[in-house]
Amino acid sequence: MVQFTLPKNSKIRTGKTWPKPSGAKNVRAFKIYRWSPDDGENPRVDTYHLDMDECGPMVLDALIKIKNEIDPTLTFRRSCREGICGSCAMMIDGINTLACIYGLDEIDGDVTIYPLPHMPVVKDLIPDLTHFYAQHASIMPWLETKTNRPAKEWKQSIEDRKKLDGLYECVMCASCSTSCPSYWWNGDKYLGPAALLHAYRWIIDSRDEATGERLDQLEDPFKLYRCHTIMNCTKTCPKGLNPAGAIAEIKKLMLERAA
Amino acid sequence: MHYLTARKRATGLGSGRTGTQFHKRMLGTSMALVVLVPLFVFTFFSGMGGSFEEVQAYFARPFPAIITALMLVVGVTHFNGETQEAIEDYVHGTKGKLLSMAVTALSYVLIAAGLFALVKLAL
Repeated sequence: MVQFTLPKNSKIRTGKTWPKPSGAKNVRAFKIYRWSPDDGENPRVDTYHLDMDECGPMVLDALIKIKNEIDPTLTFRRSCREGICGSCAMMIDGINTLACIYGLDEIDGDVTIYPLPHMPVVKDLIPDLTHFYAQHASIMPWLETKTNRPAKEWKQSIEDRKKLDGLYECVMCASCSTSCPSYWWNGDKYLGPAALLHAYRWIIDSRDEATGERLDQLEDPFKLYRCHTIMNCTKTCPKGLNPAGAIAEIKKLMLERAA
Repeated sequence: MHYLTARKRATGLGSGRTGTQFHKRMLGTSMALVVLVPLFVFTFFSGMGGSFEEVQAYFARPFPAIITALMLVVGVTHFNGETQEAIEDYVHGTKGKLLSMAVTALSYVLIAAGLFALVKLAL
């Protein structure tokens, strides 16, 4: 049954307000979700202040500055700093996105930063993505072939290769899946937009020979058909991809083979 | 606490191998309703406001009677399907199954009662 309120030990409290940098004229407040599994405390929102004249332009720059100069206990994932690895996905100003490519100039007023919603939290801004990755693995994200391997390479026409554009670029940041209400309520069974976008990427690949098996595996009231075309996934995708479109294409293929 | 691997949790019992027929039916009823709803609104409100005998005579005509009957069957079938989806989304376990059965029963009762009333009016 859907829960409309948080359990008592998950209610978010007001946390510590860190002092403003002395002598700074261009100061901005960052309200950041904090939770540690080690102290048994409720989650809290700490407020940090940064001198924006001394800070880089992206949200990740601010987070790194806070960690380096104010509070080394602040925990978050990051790696590439250019939107390729998908590590720094978090909810910034109410939008699931990548901190490394989200500009501070895109946000008005205070900057609020929370972990990706509706996921178990490991610590601070780090969600537990174990189930999300397992769902991705379950769609067999690799080329399945039955024909003997050719001497040189699996060939693909330019037209067929173009069908993979808008699909292969997904970095599995989980912004889309965690913005999807269907995934919030039924994430245990519904595969979610990211896994389904990847599923379509392999279904539509002209070299793949397991199209029927892939569609068989997806034909389920929950795995695929929990998508109600809400479109939050497409709206939030930091890479500008269209997971809802990919899901619609899978549904069209399902209808085509049932006809 | 179950010591299941993440992959086993994600795979669950595998695919139900159903869902496409339901999706197809909902698409079909949606498309039918695009045509039926305006026709129903037009015919239903044209027949309103008269005396009992006039309304009886109106629904005795084949066009309003057929549109009303189709609207009842297609509309309530569509309502039932969408409600089932909402229940599956938000109410899980035994509560969900019981609610789902109750909505299906209510839908059949609505169709039966509506058709009975229409036949009584029309004949």
